[in-house]
Amino acid sequence: MVAERKKASIAELEAKAKVLRRHIIEMTTEAASGHPTSSLSAVEVVTALYFGGFLNVDPKQPHWPDRDRIILSKGHACPVLYSAMAEAGFFPTSLLLTLRKLGSVLEGHPNLKRLPGIEASTGSLGQGLSIGVGQALGLRMDKRSSHVFVIIGDGEMGEGQVWEALATAHKYKLGNLTAIIDQNGYQQTGAAKDVLDQTPFADKLAAFGWHVQTIEGNKMAPVVEALEKATAITDRPTAIVSQTQKGFGILPILEEEHDLNYHGKPLSKKLAEKALALLKG
Amino acid sequence: MALGELAGLKMGPATRDAFGDALKALGSKYPDVVTVDGDVGNSTRTEVFAKAFPDRAFNVGIAESNMVSVAGGLAAAGKTPVVASFACFLLCNAYDQIRMSIAFPDMNVKLVGSHSGISIGEDGPSQMGIEDVAMACTFPGMVVMVPADGPSTTKATEAMLEHKGPTYLRTGRAKTPIIYPDGCDFQIGKAIQVRDGKDATIIANGLMLPIALDAAAALEKEGIKVRVLDMHTVKPLDEAAIVKAAKETGRIVVAEEHLMAGGLGSAVATVLARTTPVPVEFVNVGDTYAESGDPEGLLQKYGLTTETVAAAVKKVKNR
Repeated sequence: MVAERKKASIAELEAKAKVLRRHIIEMTTEAASGHPTSSLSAVEVVTALYFGGFLNVDPKQPHWPDRDRIILSKGHACPVLYSAMAEAGFFPTSLLLTLRKLGSVLEGHPNLKRLPGIEASTGSLGQGLSIGVGQALGLRMDKRSSHVFVIIGDGEMGEGQVWEALATAHKYKLGNLTAIIDQNGYQQTGAAKDVLDQTPFADKLAAFGWHVQTIEGNKMAPVVEALEKATAITDRPTAIVSQTQKGFGILPILEEEHDLNYHGKPLSKKLAEKALALLKG
Repeated sequence: MALGELAGLKMGPATRDAFGDALKALGSKYPDVVTVDGDVGNSTRTEVFAKAFPDRAFNVGIAESNMVSVAGGLAAAGKTPVVASFACFLLCNAYDQIRMSIAFPDMNVKLVGSHSGISIGEDGPSQMGIEDVAMACTFPGMVVMVPADGPSTTKATEAMLEHKGPTYLRTGRAKTPIIYPDGCDFQIGKAIQVRDGKDATIIANGLMLPIALDAAAALEKEGIKVRVLDMHTVKPLDEAAIVKAAKETGRIVVAEEHLMAGGLGSAVATVLARTTPVPVEFVNVGDTYAESGDPEGLLQKYGLTTETVAAAVKKVKNR
């Protein structure tokens, strides 16, 4: 059986967030590839889900049918997911340093066939929310109390399929589905507002019939509060527009490097040392 | 002359109708089956199931990409989703969703593409699935089935539900002659020899199977004896039946209502090139889009007829 959900304090969650950030830097620098800054923006949300009592999963029974589901639709940010999974006990933290290496189950994008605990194989942007809609529908048919959380990038909102999924979730009043938009403001080639401005997210999501909250997503207390509110609503799908900063936690380094996006690049060993110093526990 | 008449076949239902009826009939036996539709359930015939099991039918609107990924999610939650649309829209519109939400994660989703081939007629080339088999065959692990008549489609529908893993079932809009009035032993990946002969083998599926049987009947009057194989599964392909036919008859004709590129012809030719190189001819839509028109006229104009199949047999015999 699965243990009672444990609620950690905000201070404990903040400390855990720092641990995740250190893992993200260490593993991507060791891999010499990957997306550390895309991972760092989503740390508070992922930390709160796994360790704040929201995501009811059991690392010893990763396929337990009544578990909650988490889908990282912005699959390139998987270092944040792997870090949380390792800390939660899905696999040893030592495995994190095998990220992206031949033979490792920690692939460059999440692969459910190889890593128990991954709920959707992502990496082609735009599909995660639709998969979450299907899971939420299926779980509800079986009268399971499971909740489905989907984390989407703000650049990813350019994929039309996300809007198809938003409409579908509304049609079926999926109260067991929560979408979290990690609005870190950047995508591959520049600022999201310059590439393809999808804002205002909150107004658009509300117009699609969703319950919407907009929060400061790199602060733990509002993240926890928003997840509490979202999971208490059961008559319609809920969205959290999580306004974050890409690379949060190592921003001074990105400023020094004159690149606040720093998309898809690991830190050099030298910069990683500086980053880890910034992220001391 | 009507389709199948030379071969003495009676007209039967369209394969899409056989599929819809079979799905409904199997609904109680397979309680995890759900349907996911892109608002064409009355065309694909999933509506027959939906009317009988309304709580297990989801019409997600005109949004094929989302439809396919939703099915992937339902499968992840333990359901057996049957996702149907026009073959062209299902494969072409949602190709990446089939790749990433179904095939790569090996989800137990049953894809059904109706309105395959040019025999859909008047609606024209934008609605004709003539590249779907090629596209479906590219996905590792995907089973690809093209049944020819009502009874074998009924069997194919159950075989697809029994199979664990992603499948693609191709159905058609036109009524088709009944090849198997007494049913058939339908096994995924196992060809059915419908007729035997020593001079050549026609390997066909879908609507081209009754046409191949007509051609075989016509050729028999000229003293040419042709084996006909129902290659209802394109993937996994029945290599043993192909090799046996090549060895025993020495000549092969492949007939399908599909583009030349990537269809049954390509699959058979690959097996023959590797194992038993013999002369092969192909009867298919070629490398072109078709046009609007009546189904019979279209089959004539684009060369999918008893005459073209018979001519291909004669040509391959003389090579």
